[in-house]
Amino acid sequence: MKTVVHKAPSKTQELTYELKVKQVMRKKVITLKPDSTMNEVRRILRDNKISGIPVVDGTRLVGIVTIEDLLICLHEPEIKGIDEKVKNRMTKDVATVYSDEPIVRVVGKFDKTGYGRFPVIDRAKKKLVGIITKGDIIEGLLKKLETDYHKEENYTYSVSEIFKDLNSNGCILTLIYKIKGGDFKKAGEQTSKLRKNLLKLGFSPETIRKVAISAFEAEMNIVIYTPEGELIAKIYPDKIVINTTDMGPGIPDVEEAMRPGYSTAPDWVRELGFGAGMGLPNIKNYTDEMTLESEANKGTNLSFVVYAH
Amino acid sequence: MLKRKEGKMSIREIVNILDADLLCSVENESDVNITMACGADLMSDVLAFIKTNTLLLTGLTTPQVVYTAENSGLNVICFVRGKKPNPDTLALAKEKGIVLLAAKNGMFECCGKLYKKGIIGCFETSKKQTFDQAT
Repeated sequence: MKTVVHKAPSKTQELTYELKVKQVMRKKVITLKPDSTMNEVRRILRDNKISGIPVVDGTRLVGIVTIEDLLICLHEPEIKGIDEKVKNRMTKDVATVYSDEPIVRVVGKFDKTGYGRFPVIDRAKKKLVGIITKGDIIEGLLKKLETDYHKEENYTYSVSEIFKDLNSNGCILTLIYKIKGGDFKKAGEQTSKLRKNLLKLGFSPETIRKVAISAFEAEMNIVIYTPEGELIAKIYPDKIVINTTDMGPGIPDVEEAMRPGYSTAPDWVRELGFGAGMGLPNIKNYTDEMTLESEANKGTNLSFVVYAH
Repeated sequence: MLKRKEGKMSIREIVNILDADLLCSVENESDVNITMACGADLMSDVLAFIKTNTLLLTGLTTPQVVYTAENSGLNVICFVRGKKPNPDTLALAKEKGIVLLAAKNGMFECCGKLYKKGIIGCFETSKKQTFDQAT
């Protein structure tokens, strides 16, 4: 019996699906007209160190002429030889690829046909927009690998710089955001700023999502119910602790406020898409720890923790 | 028998299916693909249940819809019932790189059209996505 082992695809294999032809193709294509001569073909191939030239009539691709065609032509000098027109020597049925195809398809085509290059066609405009060789694919993959590598490097760099390189027994980064009550045009802006900083610090998308959603709900609560408040984010290497305080009316029954669907919001808040009694339950669901303290007429103190992973 | 397959949809396809206006796009528009959609006017519900890379259909046009999208990691919003966002919402979406569409049909029709073409709901993702339908 044969055992089939499924290996996870390598980074390069993944990239061949991710990268599109238009990202690696050469956009500057040297072309010839059907009435050009084989002598011009010889000159262009030699001067540019290339091995094939697409032949276009206006913007329409009508053929391709390669170094092979030139060699055959030189071998038959008794006809017109080097002065013969390209249109009589070119391959008319040209194999092409579309600019929006993934690289993996093109690799397959190279394998199957054995050709050295494919002219690239724009699917919508049916126009020649580039040319692609195996060399272009290798170059494109290497470039992409390099930029991805740099991106990863930058992220770890910024985190390590802040958390590890400062000489201490521990490091906490504290960010403070002021939230104005009643300003619906800007409700969400502070969370947006916090989110951007967490991205810069290199936290995982899932961690950032949990923090962003919870902080957004907390920010909306402050904007809806209170005249002003503050959101303080304490960022540890392995967790994010958020604390919000406000000068609002407080929550008379904290336990009741945690029940999904419970709300004291007036209609105008509901019209904004909030105030359906899901805010606090949402925060509880997305965070690892949550505490809510409130006293009537003294404001509310909410804190929650999301562990990074 | 008509088989409904799990669909992956580009912005262009969604625009065509919903006969929607593209109000604001992104540079890498052709790389944005949608497999799931969610219809809601309640942003807290969106925040509670939505998955990333989902299309949000909503009748709400405030800037908070854009913030909701940003925070929950979704990048395409379609306003239904012929609603158009105010300039603040539009500017914010441009800044955050979120695609905005506007469809004339109501929420139900829009959801139905997309569902028929293979887009699934956020609750449905764990199930196998094919079902047979008598024609």
